[in-house]
Amino acid sequence: MKSEAPRSGLKPARTVLENGAVVLAKEARTTPAVTISLALRAGSIADPVGLPGTTWLLSRVIDRGAAARSAAEIAEALDSRGITLTTTVTRHLFTLVCTCLAEDFDPVLALLGDILMSPSVGEAELATRKGEVITAIRQDEDNPGVRASESLMALLYPDGHPYGRRTKGSIEIVGSLTRAQLLALHADRFAPGELTAVAVGDVDASRVQDSATRVFGGWRKPSPAPIRLPPVKPATTRRRLVIPMMNKSQVDIAYGFTTISRRDPTYYAFWLMNNAFGQYSIGGRLGDSIRERQGMAYYVSSALDANVVEGPLVIRAGVSPANVERAVASIDEEVTRLIREGLTPKELDESRRYLIGSIPRALETNAAIANFLQTEEFFGLGLDYDARLPSLLDAVTLEDANAAARRALDPDRATVVIAGPYDDQAILCL
Amino acid sequence: MRVTRLDNGLKVLIQEEHTAPLASVWCWYKVGSKDERPGLTGVSHWCEHMNFKGTANIPRDQVKGIIEQFGGSWNGYTWIDQTTYLETATRDALDRMLFIESERMASCLYHPDDCESERTVIISELQGGENDPDQLLDQELTATAFKAHPYRHPTIGWLADLQAMTREDLYGFYQRYYVPNNATLVVVGDVGTDAALRRVEHFFGGIKPGADIKRLRTVEPEQTGERRLTIRREGTTGYLKVGYHAPAVADAQFLPMLILDAVLTGAKGLNLWSSFRVAPPQRSARLYRALVERGLASSVSGSLLPTEQPFLYSVSVTATEGTSLGLAESALLEELDRVRRDGITDAELVKAKAQLKARLVFDSDSVTNIAHQLGYFETVANVDLIAKAPARIAAVLVEEVAAAARAVLSPSNRTIGWFDPLPVGNGNLKSAV
Repeated sequence: MKSEAPRSGLKPARTVLENGAVVLAKEARTTPAVTISLALRAGSIADPVGLPGTTWLLSRVIDRGAAARSAAEIAEALDSRGITLTTTVTRHLFTLVCTCLAEDFDPVLALLGDILMSPSVGEAELATRKGEVITAIRQDEDNPGVRASESLMALLYPDGHPYGRRTKGSIEIVGSLTRAQLLALHADRFAPGELTAVAVGDVDASRVQDSATRVFGGWRKPSPAPIRLPPVKPATTRRRLVIPMMNKSQVDIAYGFTTISRRDPTYYAFWLMNNAFGQYSIGGRLGDSIRERQGMAYYVSSALDANVVEGPLVIRAGVSPANVERAVASIDEEVTRLIREGLTPKELDESRRYLIGSIPRALETNAAIANFLQTEEFFGLGLDYDARLPSLLDAVTLEDANAAARRALDPDRATVVIAGPYDDQAILCL
Repeated sequence: MRVTRLDNGLKVLIQEEHTAPLASVWCWYKVGSKDERPGLTGVSHWCEHMNFKGTANIPRDQVKGIIEQFGGSWNGYTWIDQTTYLETATRDALDRMLFIESERMASCLYHPDDCESERTVIISELQGGENDPDQLLDQELTATAFKAHPYRHPTIGWLADLQAMTREDLYGFYQRYYVPNNATLVVVGDVGTDAALRRVEHFFGGIKPGADIKRLRTVEPEQTGERRLTIRREGTTGYLKVGYHAPAVADAQFLPMLILDAVLTGAKGLNLWSSFRVAPPQRSARLYRALVERGLASSVSGSLLPTEQPFLYSVSVTATEGTSLGLAESALLEELDRVRRDGITDAELVKAKAQLKARLVFDSDSVTNIAHQLGYFETVANVDLIAKAPARIAAVLVEEVAAAARAVLSPSNRTIGWFDPLPVGNGNLKSAV
């Protein structure tokens, strides 16, 4: 075991167990509670070839029985302590998160360890969870927001790229998956070297390290080979997809581009540019135009998801069917204005002051700190990242931010998806 | 916590929390959709939107950024009993936050152009909600369960009213309800109580009180028989809801009902702002086992919200693909009838109390959440209720839960709603380069 001395504002204590598992602990005494976050580098990119949705289904069944505990025993252990265990799957991470009272920390960490390391995946449990996932897929099919977002990702990341696949998979695939396939995925991808265990709250860092060592120290398994992601090819033409859903009231628009990876040195320029463009206050410039001045949408904003490879920047808006073309034209107009004229010094300064000033608020709760520490560890940002963050944002110049916009945004290369009670052909015929 | 009332009637609650260099300011008004008469449904929510549009001393174009410059966040919401506004930022923004709220109370402009622009924003918000069949069913079930009380109409309002409402309707409503004697100001965070109170007096002390407010006094008549509704629209998934008239927050049966809900669907806590963002612990709850574990539903949830007047206890079910709503309803009603007949066990009471103890701790993990709870309870009842909630929950007896189940879960007190999906007739993709 080797330890590094804490240096940052948050001052998390970081330990690497002999088997490679990373343990991060941060004491916070606001409430007598602890948030535990166990993240494995085993997200949906690890789905077997041709079987998207396998990781998602595993996430639904992993906490429904382990080698030493039945599903009923796990349910009782959680419910009797008032704990909600949440399992999430992103492209890269498979995460178990819960908040418990501080007095329950040790038994709860042991329970989560059992769930993570030795799921039983019983046949009856699997059948029940398949029914839930299939229902969720059917709900997604009836949701214009989900349809627009998923279709945009499929267009931005074509040819089976893991970023373009539906995380839940399809009804046919989910229906066909077997217990053996889920256990094989677990055996292949879950290993201590892939684990980051974070505990934040009313618990001593030494107790976290001792407890984590007891729970995970004996887990011996080599790490799997890393998954190589295909290169991302930026769009070279404008593309538009309409998904008519005439049983709905409002249209969802998703308009996007591929951008940069999280490790790109221009990341902070992109972050500031996106904040000013589609987030600051109520949706930045986009909100000013589409919501505030034109009154066209209840929501409009942009989101940047720089990831292991070049992630997307996605603009989202919900508008009435009569305003679809106006809204798309307004987004085009704002994108054009941004890349031609750039941000103003005032806009950049406002976003910078906001992002730096919001750090204490963003790191107020145990759950928020735990999430921050997981991101810090996953991208290798360093234990002092929260302390360095203001200077990283301070270093971005106006030209940096404007160059970021010019590099990634261009209406002629935008991919636009429109889902809802709208059919452009029908409109043209009228 | 210090409780003060200014001469103009404004109630002020200040609580020091020195865990982070932050402060949260909330201004609460005793006005919500229950105060709206027919033809003006949605007016309180629309007023909330208008109250972010600039004031006599905050020009329209300077609203944006006024809190963000302190790294802060701001928001507001409207529901059946209350409208509230908040800012959370670093403690050095306290003056700025109090200034904004004092301006909002006394000096909003309601420019005609802004009123028109916001009309379409709100209709867009309404249409976004209609996209969700579960939300649509909830709205229709509430409207069916209440036939007289204004709790029956949705907070966002009915579309025809939103299309017809005028600037004068909005501004008149604002002037009537946005007065200090109808408000509670809450400050929680890294502040000194005496100094914070002086700043509150500085910003709010000069605002004149308004006339006494005459409230609508409709009492919902007792329901005399089961009601039903079915929405048949294109969709992919069936939804079922059952709503029972339930006690108000200050009623002696409210906390026994909260425990009953925990036994049936898992404990949620009492924070409308944060509790429902995390699912309840419910794997061993009765309705979860009866519906989800048997494969009849992909989700089940219960909702008992603290309200000023009797509202609804509702249970919502998402039927799994291939399960008929009739089958799901039979399983649900069987369990509800069983608990009404037999009550709950001592072990269930112990577990529900443990869950609620934990959830009340989790509900108070930030200055924002603490401030919400103080203001919310003062607005719908009184702030003492939240302070005493842990002890009162610990004292609830199994017999009290059984009595609440008998009183509330009777067939004649319920309304059953279905969203019965019709096959979707389109959905073809159309692409163009």
